[in-house]
Formats: sequence, C-alpha cells, structure tokens
Amino acid sequence: MYNSDKVIVGIIIFILFFTLPFWLNFGRAKALPRPELPSDTKECVESREYMRAYHMKMLLDWRDKKVREGQVYYINSQGKFFKMSLQNTCMKCHKSMEKFCDRCHSTISAHPDCWRCHIAPEEVKKWQ
Amino acid sequence: MFEYALKGKPRYWIWLGFLATLILIAFYFWNLEHHIGAGRLLGLHRDLTWGLHIGQLAFFVGAAAGAVMIVLPYYFHNYKEFAKITVLAEFFAVGMVLIAMLSVFVVMGQPPRVFYVLLYPTPNSIIFYDLIVLSGYLILNLICGWTVLHAEYKGVKYPAWLKPIIYLAILWGPSIHIVTAFLLQGLPGRDYWLTAIMAPRFLATAFSAGPALLIVLALLAKKLTGFDVGQKAIDTIAKIITYAFIINLLFFGFEVFTAFYSGIEHHKAPIIYLFFGYEGHTEYVGLMWFSMILALIAVVLLVIPSLRRNETTLVLACLAIIASIWIEKGFALMIGGFTPNPFHTVTPYIPTFPEFMIAVGTWAVGFTIVTILWKIAISVYQSKEKGVFIRS
Amino acid sequence: MAISRRDFLKVIGITGVTSAVATIGGVLIGRGEDILKEIKPASKVRWAMAIDTRQFKTDEDFQKVIEACHKAHNVPNIPDPIRQVKWIWVDTFEKAFPTIEHEYISEEIKKRKVLLLCNHCDNPPCVRVCPVKATFRRPDGVVVQDMHRCIGCKFCMAACPYGSRNYNFYPPREFLSQVNPEYPTRTTGVVEKCILCYERLDEGKQPYCVEASEGKMFFGNLNDPDSPVRKAILENIVIVRKPELTTKPMVFYII
Repeated sequence: MYNSDKVIVGIIIFILFFTLPFWLNFGRAKALPRPELPSDTKECVESREYMRAYHMKMLLDWRDKKVREGQVYYINSQGKFFKMSLQNTCMKCHKSMEKFCDRCHSTISAHPDCWRCHIAPEEVKKWQ
Repeated sequence: MFEYALKGKPRYWIWLGFLATLILIAFYFWNLEHHIGAGRLLGLHRDLTWGLHIGQLAFFVGAAAGAVMIVLPYYFHNYKEFAKITVLAEFFAVGMVLIAMLSVFVVMGQPPRVFYVLLYPTPNSIIFYDLIVLSGYLILNLICGWTVLHAEYKGVKYPAWLKPIIYLAILWGPSIHIVTAFLLQGLPGRDYWLTAIMAPRFLATAFSAGPALLIVLALLAKKLTGFDVGQKAIDTIAKIITYAFIINLLFFGFEVFTAFYSGIEHHKAPIIYLFFGYEGHTEYVGLMWFSMILALIAVVLLVIPSLRRNETTLVLACLAIIASIWIEKGFALMIGGFTPNPFHTVTPYIPTFPEFMIAVGTWAVGFTIVTILWKIAISVYQSKEKGVFIRS
Repeated sequence: MAISRRDFLKVIGITGVTSAVATIGGVLIGRGEDILKEIKPASKVRWAMAIDTRQFKTDEDFQKVIEACHKAHNVPNIPDPIRQVKWIWVDTFEKAFPTIEHEYISEEIKKRKVLLLCNHCDNPPCVRVCPVKATFRRPDGVVVQDMHRCIGCKFCMAACPYGSRNYNFYPPREFLSQVNPEYPTRTTGVVEKCILCYERLDEGKQPYCVEASEGKMFFGNLNDPDSPVRKAILENIVIVRKPELTTKPMVFYII
C-alpha cells in the first residue's frame, strides 16, 4: 500500500469520529422520560394511540385548514367539535411545553420549531 | 483532469486560503444575523428591504450572461478566434451565476424554508422562475464547459449530444437577466423600476460588464500563467463591450428623458435623489456622479481604436466599466427603486460592514470556483503543445 | 425497406420520452391552472372597511384602535424608528395620499391624521409575487399572511405600493412587554401585516380595530346592501390610496 502510514492513521481517525456518539454518551442512557399528563381531563382530541402516532400530522393538517382554508372546527372520530388551535385547544389541557412536549422530543432529538412563535400557558407566566 | 486543481504553486494555495477566509467571515456574519436579527447587523430597514445583496444579484446575473457574447459567436457563427476563450467564458459564467444565487440565498429570512419555493411552486411569482433559470444556467454551462474541455484533454472532438445542450445554454443565457429584470419591472409601486426598458438595460449592462470582467480576468491569467487567449479575441470582445456600453448609456438617457420630459414628480424623484439629492438627503450624489465620470472615461478609452488595442488602457476601460456598472446596478438600482418610499419621504440606506462582508463572501465563493475551473482549463490547454482548435 | 435496429430503438426512445414529457407537462399545466384559480376565486362575501377620518380627533382615539390590534396580536414595540413593526398606524393626509394632496387644499385636511393599514386589495401585487403563496387572497377578499410558510424573501414588501408590510428585523419576543396568551408571536425573519382578524371574521366577530374604534370605522360585506360599510360608502364621498395603480384597495377613507 502506498502512503500506508497516512492511510492507516486516517482510517483510525475516521472510526473514532464515526463512533463519537457512543463515546460522548457513555453511561448516560436513562429510562424514557414520561410526559406529564393533564390531571383534570382524561380525553384528548383523539385516542392516545392515535395521538402518539399522528399528532404532528394532525397539527400540520390543522394549521393548513385554519390558516389557509379558513376552517374553524375539527370533528373528531367521536363527532365532538374542537377549535383548531395549538395554543387554545391543545395547550388548554396540556399547559406546558417543557413538561409535556419536550419530554419526549428532547430524548429523541426532535426539534419542532412551533415554540419559536407559539406560546404555551406556563411560559406566559414566566414572561409576565 | 481534476488533478490539475490539486497541484499548484504556493500562490495558488495562498489565494484559495484568502478566499476561504473571506467565506468564513461572511458565513459568521450571515449566521449571526439569524440569531440577533437583521436590524442589528444590516443596513436594511422597513422602507428599503432589498439592498446590497439583491443589487449583487442584478450585477452578477449580468456578468454571467456576458459569457453568451463569447459562446454565441463561437458556436453559432464558427468564429474561430474565440476558440481558446470559450471554455474559460463558460466556467466564468458558472462562478458568476453562483454568486448571483448565493446573493439571493443570503437575503432569505428563513433559510431552512428556501426549498418551499420548489415544494409549493407558484407560477405567478418571478422568484420561482429565477430559481429555475439560474440553476439551469449553472448546470448547462458546467456541462458544456467541462465536456468540451474533457474532449480537448483527450484530443478528440466533443460528442454530438453536446451540440443541442450548447444551443440550449446560449438561448438560456439571456433568460437569466431578463427574468431578474422582471423581478423588478412588474412591481406597480416602484416608479424607478416600472419601465419596460429595465430588461433591455439589464441586457446592455450584461453584455458590457460581463465581457469586461472576463477580459480583465483573461489578461490577469495571461500575466500569471502565460496563457494567451489571443489578441484577436480580446479585440473582438472589446468591440462588443464598446457597443453594448454605449447602448446602455443611451438607454439611461431614454429613462432620464421619459422621467423629466413627462414632468411627473414621483417619476423624477428617484433620479433626482440619486444625482442631486431630494428633500435634503444627498447621500449618493457623489457616488452617482463618480459612476458617470467612470462611464465617460470608459467610453473615451474604448471608442478610440488605438486606446482600445492598447492592453493597459483597455484594462483601465474595463475596470471603469465594471466599477461604473457595479455602482449603478449593484447598488443604485435598489436604492432608486425604494426611494422615495410609498409615502414620498426619504429614509436613507447605508450598507453596514457585516452586510458588505457577506457580499464579499459570496464573491469569494464565485471566484474560488472560477479559480479552480480556470486552473484546470488553462493547465489542459497549456499541457497540449498546440491545443488551439476545438473542432466542432 | 428494413429499418436498422438502432434507428428503430431511437424512434421508440424519442417517442417514449416525448409522450412522457407531454403527459407530465400536461399534468403540471393542469395543476398550474388550479394554482391560477386559487388567485382569482369568486365568493359571495367581500369584506371591506371604511374609516371616517373626520371623527378621529384626539391621539387617544387613534391609540385605542392601534393598541387593540397590537396587543391582541402580540405585535412587538420596536424602538428603532426605521424598523418598526406596525399592523395599523397613524400618519398625516399628505403621507397617506401623496398623489392626491395639493398645495391649496385646506390646512386642516392636510394635517389631518389618518389610520393606515393593509388595504386587502382586490388585485394585490404582493400576492402575485410571493414565491411560496405565504401571502394569498382568500375568496372573501382577506389577504392573509401565513407565517408558517414565509421564507422572508421580502419580495412582497417590495411589491406593496402602500408600505403596509413589516419585516421582523429584530427578534420580536425581545420587544414584547406583555403577551396575549391566545395568539402566537412571530420570529425573526418573517413578514407580517394586518390580517383583517380573519380568525374573528370566521367566528362572526368584527376585527379588533373596528370594535375599538367605537363607531368611527365601518366594516362589513360589500355585497350586502345593509352592511355598515356599504352604507358608509353610499352616503359619503370616499377615497382610496393610490387608485391610479388599480390595485383596488378595500379600505375606504371618508374625507
């Protein structure tokens, strides 16, 4: 092999760099954090399984329907009416983005940028 | 062929390192803008939202389209004198259009969302077409230049499938600055821009500033590497520049006539602001007259044949054209469009140092590409003893 | 005469590519027509507003209206005078109507202050230029700004002949002393403007500014002959801003 010293050193550096996430997070794995559920209501807009899988899709759907098509209400699978609003419907019960949304999102490194603009009620308190 | 870019004298690497530093500085400022807000870093304000950077778009689409003035005579009319400069012109166009595209990109307030322009295509918006024509021109010129150069490198004529692509690239060239002119000339509230002659003016400045920059770079390359594109080629390009620049000045004269003979206050106002000052604001008067003086110097140096043929005076004339058109198109065009504002008052715009450095960074990216591609092309030509003709 | 295999394959290839491009092109053109339809929809409701400039006498009259809007929509209060964000604001008659104002009209009118906001034009240049349809015109005439989609290119700000649009040059949250928890803020790098409170319109309410004006501003459906705005336009002489540009603004000023 030509330039074998440079090549082998390069390969070692590459492997170390590639496995960096494992080195950096050694011993830091914890139990999956549970989001804090609201104490007063038991029912969300849809069932727990549905929300787990589709909440983001539903929120994007709500966003387009409300802002771009001018619709106001969402009818869930039980026929109940909900106003389509992240801040005023979802957050009315779930209240805090840190204690609810971020619990799962931070663990799996998902960074939806809703909260750059939208405000959760708990955060409002900090403001004022 | 790419190995030619990886070998070079120390000055080649120092130059690339310098350009890389400029790019890093620009990137730092651009990134900072999105954290602390454009108002803290740039000179833009509520009454003038497109400033130095969109001005660079206007200037560099012109520079990129200027390559058409070299490629068209060579391929459509078999003008053999352009043989050695055609590939260089196409690579030059690649670098310039890259600067133009980056200039638009740095203006975006939400850069991650830029792909929405493709995800939600809007045929009534000119930016949609701008993206298509700029990207297309970039790709077409890259393909044409590289394939022809590669054929030259191998010592054969270029493949037949390239001919339609070359024709497409030539026809595509004027579209990039016509579409960019359309960005401006379709806006009802901006009197300085709402004129049908905006697109022809873009064409005229393109065909003068573009080849002028190309001449300067080609003569610089001759000085640095000894590669001579040919006296006849430079002469012809100089003649093209002369006519194009005179036509550009005529077009400007037409604009002034329409504005002043019609006597409509708000039609005259931008020109008065730029050249004489309006309501006490005289920020750009000096710069605009400087641009005019440069233009006159350039015309004198180009019209007199002996001065046009003399390399020193030709380079001076080209630099004067580039500076004059840069001031007029890369800067004053934006200011004239937005000033006076819809309330007929003047809010001055002074670009800040970070804003300027971001523009310099975009130039550095373009010139890095031009440096690398020209290094490859010139090395190919020089490594062949008599690499003169690209057989068509 | 036999055709060579190579020529046959060339013919098949060119036919295939041409028909594929034609089909895809046809679909895209079809989609394009759909897109064009979105710009010029027809509807029974046509919202419009009439502002009685004679009735606005004190600064407080104006401030009530402006604060109602800005507080409800979390519009930041930017101290930098050339980079303000204002959905509705006040200026003199000369500034609002620069092409109509004349040396010899009465001083009182020249110095009269008027409220300025997005005109929600019928033929809006801003909607025409937006590359992602972040700003679009609803069938009922409201020109909406979708902050989720805005890429911050500021083309709409160049296109608006009235200077009604605002770019977030500063992070808006830094300049909000209090927030309305029922409405989001924006972030740096997007354009915002008056949205005619379309959310309230969809629920049958009036815009905040009209409510706060206590009868000095008229609002309603232009197609309904009994609406306040229709009556206001019929009973008074009204002007609009920059009519020569034929953007067909829907905010009328009673002089």
